[in-house]
Amino acid sequence: MNSNINFINIGERTNVTGSAKFKKLILNNDFQKAVDIAKDQIENGAQIIDINMDEGLLDSEKAMVKFLNLISVEPDIAKVPFMIDSSKWSVIEAGLKCIQGKPIVNSISLKEGEKIFIEQAEKIKNYGAAVVVMAFDEQGQADSTIRKFEICRRAYKLMVNKLGFPPQDIIFDPNIFAVATGIKEHDDYALNFFEATKLIKKHLPLAKVSGGLSNVSFSFRGNNQVREAMHSCFLYHAINAGLDMAIVNAGQITIYEQIPKDLKNCIENVLFNKKSGATDDLIEISKKYSGQVQKKKIDKKWRNKKLEKKIEYALINGINEFIVSDTEELRKKYNSPLDIIEGPLMDGMNVVGDLFGSGKMFLPQVVKSARVMKQSVAYLLPFMENEKKSKTTSKGKILLATVKGDVHDIGKNIVGVVLQCNNFEIIDLGVMVPSNKIIETAIKENVDLIGLSGLITPSLDEMCFVASELERNKVNKPLLIGGATTSKIHTAIKIDPLYNFGVCHVNDASKAVLVASNMISKSKCRPFVESLKKEYAGLRTNYYKKDKTTDNNLDICRQNKFKFEWEKYNPSKPKINKIKVQNKISIKKILSFVDWKPFFESWELYGNYPDILNDSIVGDTAKDLWKDAQKMISKIITNKLIHPKAVFGFWPANSDGDDIVIFESEKRKKVLKKLFFLRQQVNRKNSKRPNLCLSDFVAPVGVKNDYIGAFLVTAGSGIETLSKEYENKNDDYNSILVKSLGDRIAEGLAEMLHSSVRKNYWGYAPKESLTNAELISEKYIGIRPAPGYPACPDHTEKETLFELLNVEKNLKIKLTESFAMAPASSVSGLYFSNPMANYFGVGKIYKDQVEDYAKRKGLSISLVERWLGPNLGYSPSKVN
Amino acid sequence: MTKDKELIELLKKKILILDGAMGTMIQRENLNEKDFRGKKFAKNKTNLIGNNDILNITNKEIIYKIHTSYLESGADILETNTFNSTIISQKDYSCENYSYELNYEGGVIARKAVDDYLKKNPEEKKFVAGVLGPTNRTCSMSPDVNDPGFRNISFDVLLSDYEICVEALVKAKVDMIFIETVFDTLNSKSALMAVKNIERKMNIKIPVMISATITDLSGRTLSGQTVEGFYNSIIHSQPISVGLNCALGPKELEPYLMELNRISDVFISVHPNAGLPNAFGGYDETAESMGKYIQEWCNNNYLNIVGGCCGTTPEHIKQMKNIVENLEPRSVKKLDNINKMKLSGLEAFNI
Repeated sequence: MNSNINFINIGERTNVTGSAKFKKLILNNDFQKAVDIAKDQIENGAQIIDINMDEGLLDSEKAMVKFLNLISVEPDIAKVPFMIDSSKWSVIEAGLKCIQGKPIVNSISLKEGEKIFIEQAEKIKNYGAAVVVMAFDEQGQADSTIRKFEICRRAYKLMVNKLGFPPQDIIFDPNIFAVATGIKEHDDYALNFFEATKLIKKHLPLAKVSGGLSNVSFSFRGNNQVREAMHSCFLYHAINAGLDMAIVNAGQITIYEQIPKDLKNCIENVLFNKKSGATDDLIEISKKYSGQVQKKKIDKKWRNKKLEKKIEYALINGINEFIVSDTEELRKKYNSPLDIIEGPLMDGMNVVGDLFGSGKMFLPQVVKSARVMKQSVAYLLPFMENEKKSKTTSKGKILLATVKGDVHDIGKNIVGVVLQCNNFEIIDLGVMVPSNKIIETAIKENVDLIGLSGLITPSLDEMCFVASELERNKVNKPLLIGGATTSKIHTAIKIDPLYNFGVCHVNDASKAVLVASNMISKSKCRPFVESLKKEYAGLRTNYYKKDKTTDNNLDICRQNKFKFEWEKYNPSKPKINKIKVQNKISIKKILSFVDWKPFFESWELYGNYPDILNDSIVGDTAKDLWKDAQKMISKIITNKLIHPKAVFGFWPANSDGDDIVIFESEKRKKVLKKLFFLRQQVNRKNSKRPNLCLSDFVAPVGVKNDYIGAFLVTAGSGIETLSKEYENKNDDYNSILVKSLGDRIAEGLAEMLHSSVRKNYWGYAPKESLTNAELISEKYIGIRPAPGYPACPDHTEKETLFELLNVEKNLKIKLTESFAMAPASSVSGLYFSNPMANYFGVGKIYKDQVEDYAKRKGLSISLVERWLGPNLGYSPSKVN
Repeated sequence: MTKDKELIELLKKKILILDGAMGTMIQRENLNEKDFRGKKFAKNKTNLIGNNDILNITNKEIIYKIHTSYLESGADILETNTFNSTIISQKDYSCENYSYELNYEGGVIARKAVDDYLKKNPEEKKFVAGVLGPTNRTCSMSPDVNDPGFRNISFDVLLSDYEICVEALVKAKVDMIFIETVFDTLNSKSALMAVKNIERKMNIKIPVMISATITDLSGRTLSGQTVEGFYNSIIHSQPISVGLNCALGPKELEPYLMELNRISDVFISVHPNAGLPNAFGGYDETAESMGKYIQEWCNNNYLNIVGGCCGTTPEHIKQMKNIVENLEPRSVKKLDNINKMKLSGLEAFNI
């Protein structure tokens, strides 16, 4: 058989990661029926069949061999070439040893570097197979056109020139990614694929191009009509660009011409990123073509299921209503509580883990599942006293801690829950954990992995310290770094060089599972860490490469300050001149000022509120979360569980260079306090923009009488009490929910107070009338930057703010040694009234400014370098 | 082993003659059990009559004599008497510990026969091909109809068997390896891998010839592949020649030889049986009747290497030699599908 047609269909259904039906058959060891799926694929027009057994619950090698041996003797199936699809080399090689024909290996890549790539390519050549090469290198999976093509070209050269691999046996997979996800960066994904395909076909002679089609429509899971139309459109254009083959559901490709015109237009606008809002249009029109999507009914029918099935149902759906009585039933039936935990409970959680892993469940649902699990285990614990504990076989032991000086733990708790769901044992040391305790526990418990979390920037430095202590104590366990201010670049530059064993930055609970699995696996750990080390070293080189010239010396930057015509402007005088404390604040009123987007984000649900409630993918989950949040809020209000408070004040002030001097009185003679700020040091030689510093927004001494304000608000200690209560009841879901609401209430209160300040207390904008959305997008006059945030990254300035407002006495809020506010649901900041004031980031600063700043503040240079570590544009001599 | 270039140059100029059957010639010697056992295997627990390869150790003179008679009949390439010298095949005779020795001695005898012949005829060129047989098991088929997923041999076991054979043959200074009578392509792929591994181990280049067996008139190998399916499966090894042998006589083989001629961009070998076995287990094609087919194949430019399999004798070879003398060999042509990705299942799929 020769292919004269332009396009090859590769059947995708014999794939446990892509077909639920196939996976179920394989897991149930019903290989005969699984063989029928292969047969169907070929009958439906598949010219090659893709076979994938990558499933955590399977011995993938064994399953691959068994299935290949079975289909090899079925003439109707064995007539076509096979594609052995696995991310594991061992599975690929096992498959190659079962096939008499010439198959395709899917896939290899430069992910783990050239050495492994060349080794695998050479083996494939010797086995006599063609190969799919993914556009994936040491830096990761390519998403831009240029990276896709460059990686393919590099692979091509290595294979053809170095190995003599026949170029016609190379198939490039330049990565089909999901489009219409609502994430801006994804908008060009389809276009990039088309462009990369053209480049490959033009410049890499004889090489072929393939791809996994179903990825492209991932956002429309559940709406097959739209998905199939997207597939058809994508194929149509990809084939025009040169696509030779694709992994498809052979029986299910809509004919391009038969796609309704309006739908086709919307899809093509998305694929070619023709206009902004293309995604929204497609989502809108997709409702029209959604076919019959069944709404899940809430019924109690599941109560009639078998006991174990009831447990599974309760876990998947996060229903804890019956869990205690069901657990008691289990206890009667099973020999020991341990059998229950390892049996029905773990089985159920494995299903949950899989659903989450495959994007069929979302974080809030998983946390609810974990709650059901924990409550069941808690019920069983008293019965376990006599049994030897912890016989359970977990995937590994992970120590989690929020570092010393930091009290924030929402992210850490979420990661902990998700890891638990995936069968890791978690030792959570809580918040404000000193390094010696982390090291002691790691050694005593012989943990497999250590995870550090923190939200405020000084925590970054504490993490460096912990890393160096881990190194000094030769703990030799992989280290995970996570938390809002942590970043890959910081980890690469500051932490990685301190700890030889291996550090990985991860900021996403679902990714944490993958990373933890890799780092704990004996075989994968080293290669994984090596590739990270390489990646981080690359980031370091880049970071230090392009920085200091003389064009951004501090004095030049100061000359390029923000110039304001003070002569034409009279700063407004605040209406009050005393510190004001507010204790009785209506929570309901606060809520009207809350920006809910970050709330959903803290649960890893991305999208704007309220649109997110109707999102085609996460909408249902977001709605459930929203309902639970409303319930919690009304509980808090009815039972008066929290008492938000605020303190604020205004003072006569003038700028003095990069400092702001605060005077005791309007006479402006006696200095009360001084605030110290940093100036942007980015090279603006070829730009008209100024090098900003917050002091630029306050009138200089002697020019005009100006003022500054300060505030601190808190949701109150009730948040901690309430979340602790839930924690004690093994209800992580509500515990995290309370904390994330606490954060929102504090932020909402800050917004509300700022509004009153502008209109009344300072009163420089008495006629302001802005909607909540306008407030969120910072349409108001003046700003309220907080120490520790981009415009004034030095957390230690909070100390001045606390003294000005006498916070410890007025609100009973304390600063930790890292200048985090405890309790955590608190927000502080400074008020600037200048109409030209805006939020900005200081960015990188250099040695000359650090020396100057240290002098102004009367601190040692090394101490300043420590607090400003994340902003340093140079490598300080030594951290500790 | 830099004979490959010499061989290729020669193949461009003329049709080379492969020897004929070894088994048929041994049968003519009417050897008994004692002859097979010799001194060395006098106490072997299993009977050795029929284990032709054991003669490489116990009765070298006979093998040497047969080789020499083929050389004198005009054969350019001798096949070593090692068809069954794998561990797995020798297990049937409880001789599995002698796999290396059987291959080595088989190689040495053929080498000596060629070297001695060349001393007398220094102007000629002769080659020794170390033979790897298919074994009696199949990697890609189940011996149990009720359990289609079952296999009684694995790729890896065969691979290590073949590695022993290849190493022994190469050390005995054969000029190339000949993987022949391939009825299960997966078996032959493990043999090809063994050659690769020994190449790497000994840091040498080993020329390879490979030949499949179309088992019946369905036109497929025992494991179900078409000629082109087979070709696509093994061509990555860049053999000197691909061919067909055994099972069929020249008449039945002809259509598949035509097919091979259409698709092959390497030299072609063919060594058919002397017809299909008759009711008495003998073969009916004479040197003359077989010669007619050979003549026609040569006229059609199908051939580069020709010889005989089961039932053929020095007479057959002599006849072939007379026919091909002064006839043009098949020229290796550039195919128009050379740039295609040539995949296969049971059938070929060229993209």
